[in-house]
Amino acid sequence: MGNDKIHLNRQHLHYLLKQMLRIRRFEERCVTLYSEEKIRGFLHLYNGEEAIAVGVMQALNQDDAVLATYREHGHALARGLSMTSIMAEMFGKQSGCSGGRGGSMHLFDDKLRFFGGNAIVAGALPLAVGLALADKMQQRQLVTCCIFGEGAVAEGEFHESLNLAKLWQLPILFICENNLYAMGTALEIEESNQKIHLKAASYGMTSQVINGMNVIDVEAAAKLACSAIRQGDGPHFIECRTYRFRGHSMFDTQLYRQNSEIEAWKLKGPIVQLTHWLTENKQLTNTELQAIEQDVDAEIEEAVQTADKASVEPVADIFKHLYAEAPHE
Amino acid sequence: MSEVTFREAFKAAIVEALNDDPRVFLMGEDVGHYGGCYAVSKGLIDQFGTQRIIDTPLSESGFVGAGIGAAMGGMLPIVEVMTVNFSLLALDQIINNAATLRHMSAGQIAVPLVIRMACGAGKQLAAQHSHSFEGFYAHVPGLKVLYPGTIADARYMLKMALADPNPVIIFEHVMLYNQSAELAENNDIAPMEKAVIRKTGSDLSIITWGGCLYKAVAAAEQLQEQGFSIEVVDLRCLRPLDRETIIDSVQRTHKALIVDESWKSVGMSAEISATIAEQAFWYLDAPIRRVCSIEVPFPYAGHLEQACIPQIEQIVAVALEMLTTAIPSEQVTL
Repeated sequence: MGNDKIHLNRQHLHYLLKQMLRIRRFEERCVTLYSEEKIRGFLHLYNGEEAIAVGVMQALNQDDAVLATYREHGHALARGLSMTSIMAEMFGKQSGCSGGRGGSMHLFDDKLRFFGGNAIVAGALPLAVGLALADKMQQRQLVTCCIFGEGAVAEGEFHESLNLAKLWQLPILFICENNLYAMGTALEIEESNQKIHLKAASYGMTSQVINGMNVIDVEAAAKLACSAIRQGDGPHFIECRTYRFRGHSMFDTQLYRQNSEIEAWKLKGPIVQLTHWLTENKQLTNTELQAIEQDVDAEIEEAVQTADKASVEPVADIFKHLYAEAPHE
Repeated sequence: MSEVTFREAFKAAIVEALNDDPRVFLMGEDVGHYGGCYAVSKGLIDQFGTQRIIDTPLSESGFVGAGIGAAMGGMLPIVEVMTVNFSLLALDQIINNAATLRHMSAGQIAVPLVIRMACGAGKQLAAQHSHSFEGFYAHVPGLKVLYPGTIADARYMLKMALADPNPVIIFEHVMLYNQSAELAENNDIAPMEKAVIRKTGSDLSIITWGGCLYKAVAAAEQLQEQGFSIEVVDLRCLRPLDRETIIDSVQRTHKALIVDESWKSVGMSAEISATIAEQAFWYLDAPIRRVCSIEVPFPYAGHLEQACIPQIEQIVAVALEMLTTAIPSEQVTL
């Protein structure tokens, strides 16, 4: 990780495919667990968008910061949070990555500098500005990666944050996951100018639009951007064109779009595309694919079993973590 | 002992914090080149430079959120919001992020941030610059809410707030800035979360804080001249609320009068009344009374504005009713 050169070898491509499959299958399992009522609350799935989380994370170092939205299982998994701790969080267990207080929308891991999991659209953008400001003030050569959907672009905080980031020349990688729908509202219904990358460019930062369905494109763009950011080039903005195959959440009946549209996009899906390319070019055999899938399934099964058996936090501990007790050094 | 203004005390606290810790910086609208809307930070940009005294654009949500992020990233930001009314634009960041991140992350994230904001009426600034919203913030678990009403608290509460690893909001009443009082060197003041008895008495407790404290003390002195012994409780910190000191005082005086510059309905005074009713009802010799602001958006005209907010005469009048009548003839006051 952290290298701006992209190594398109077989091993790396298999790794990318496996990471995307981990996310996809983990989430599909979450659907079952949701109907079994093991998982409750809102559940926002990332199906179709896996290439972005996986591609972007290849560009980040361990010390870089990541902020995401409520649709962040994929980012958390790709960032390196253990599947067990994420699943336990979904189950509301004490061993969950947020101690059962956050749930699906609020996954945290301070050791991996994964700062949520924010359920307020655009709510994480000002935080990213602050984290990057802190890095700059303390002269740390780090990148803060802030991932959000195109729905956030309509919020004032998007514009306030982009302005501050460029004004203060902060080391931020803005990743806009443009899946064309803000909940159920299509891009053309909510945005006067649907070329989102141009809005970022209007603040004077380097901005581009890429195919968010291609993990290699995402990785390459993110690595180049991070490289420039680390060299002091200030914030960079990447709009990733993507699509979510499922509804906004488990409660979404998708009255706002046609099935044919979804099916057409599925053919362009990131896992389908990469698998197809690897197979066509004789870089992936059926046996290899099955082995990857078996690995992933075993990891998920282990996570589910562990989460299921995990204990819940005693209600008596409810005030724990409301306030920090120890003074900071 | 030397006499200083509240403005000088607040400024001295910021200077001390900037000198003491390189992680501290001040950020907000017009805090640098302009010198601060209320001149609290005047001259600091020359002393500490633009890296530590940062002028922000007019984007409250953006720069307050940036303060939260910077605190998460290891800095100790002091964020100034020009006036409490503007802080409503940053409510999302303060309530949805600053107040929640520690709990939602099971203690993984700390937000050691201080937000200062001017508030209060008296300068004829009308309804978008004059309000007292400390009760809004005190409503929210995860935040700490301070409101200094003495010169020593103005001087030393910021230091305690910065030493606290949680998001702390400090309110500064605009009518206090020019007031002055003696400030002892090396002032030994109570921990920031403790209410303090500013004047002891045995006949009635006036419970107040911040911009109304001096009015309560003045009222108590007038009542003293008429032979009554009045206790004044300065809450100083509205969340967490030092309920124990309130209850102790009421148990001694048996009468409680709350003075609050914000509106009466659903506000801090209601919370304090309920606390007394729940925990000290049997000690009460009279109904709890409240002197609060009239429930209108505060007007511009001076006489109307003054009619809105608690006045010393009003506090004295209500206290006298409580002290001289077993059952007040007219229980509903402003």
